[in-house]
Amino acid sequence: MSTFFAMNGYGFYIWCAYGAAALALVVELLVLRSRRRSVLAEARLTGPDSATVPAGVTR
Amino acid sequence: MTLNWFRYASPATFYPLAGKMIPWFAWAAGVLAAVGIYIGLVVAPTDFQQGDAYRIIFIHVPAAWLSMFLYVVMACWSALALGFNTRLSAMMAQAIAPTGALMTFIALWTGAFWGRPTWGTYWAWDARMTSELILLFLYLGIIALRHAIDDPRRADRACGVLALTGVVNIPIIYFSVQWWNTLHQGSTISMTKAPAMAAIMLTGMLIMSFAAWFYAIAVALVRVRTIMIERERGAAWIAELAEVRNA
Repeated sequence: MSTFFAMNGYGFYIWCAYGAAALALVVELLVLRSRRRSVLAEARLTGPDSATVPAGVTR
Repeated sequence: MTLNWFRYASPATFYPLAGKMIPWFAWAAGVLAAVGIYIGLVVAPTDFQQGDAYRIIFIHVPAAWLSMFLYVVMACWSALALGFNTRLSAMMAQAIAPTGALMTFIALWTGAFWGRPTWGTYWAWDARMTSELILLFLYLGIIALRHAIDDPRRADRACGVLALTGVVNIPIIYFSVQWWNTLHQGSTISMTKAPAMAAIMLTGMLIMSFAAWFYAIAVALVRVRTIMIERERGAAWIAELAEVRNA
C-alpha cells in the first residue's frame, strides 16, 4: 500500500495534482448546491408576479 | 414524428428536460471517473521514460481539452444569443463559464506538478502555458464582467462580445506547440497519425476525457437551472415548480 502511495518517488507530484483536482470539483459542487438553495429560497419568497407573463411565453 | 427543437429554446420547457438529463450524465461521469482513475493509477504500467510522474496525464489532458472545448461551446451559445436574442442561449453561456474556468485551472495546476519532476520547473513562460493562462483570464474576465452589470440582458450582450473576441486564443493554444519552440511537448494524439502511446494509457485517458465531459454537462445543466430560477423569478412557471412550492 505504501509503495502505491510512494509512486516510485513521484507520490508528492501525483497526489498534489489528483488531490487539487478532486478538491476543486468538490468545491464547485458545494458552491453550486448552496447557490441553488439560496435561489430556490428567494423564489419562494418572491412568488408569482401579478404583472408577469404566463408560463412558456418568450419575452 | 417530428421533434420541434425550438420548443426547448424556452426556459420553461428546457428546465424539466434538463432535470431529467442531469442524473444520467452525473452517474456516467462518476462511473467513468472511477474506471479511468483505476486504470490510470493501478492498471497502466510505469512509463519507461517518465516513471510514474506521467500518471498526471489522466487528469491533465482531459482537463486541458475540456478547457478549450468548453470555451468554444460557450462562444457558440454566445453567438446564438447575440444573433437571435434567445434567453436560453445566453443562460447556457453563463452556466458554462465557471466550469470552463475550473477546468483551465486544473489543467494549469496539474501541468505545474507534472512539469516539476519532468522539466525541473513548475512554470515557464512558454507559448502553450502562457496562452492557457490567458484562457483562464478570459474566463475570469467574462465572469467578472457579468457581475459588474446589473441588467442581465445587457450583461448577456457584453459577455457574448467578450467571449467571441476571446475565441482567437483557442487556435493559439492548440497550435502553440507547432508554431513556436515550446518546452511543452507536441500533441501525442492526432487525427492523422497513430497515437504515440500505449493502448492501455490511451484507453484510460479517453475514459477520463468522457468522464470530464459528462461531469461538465451535468454541472452546466444544474447551473443553468439555477440561473433560470434566479432570472425568471416571478414568472408563473417558476412559482409552479414543485421545488419552489414545497419549502
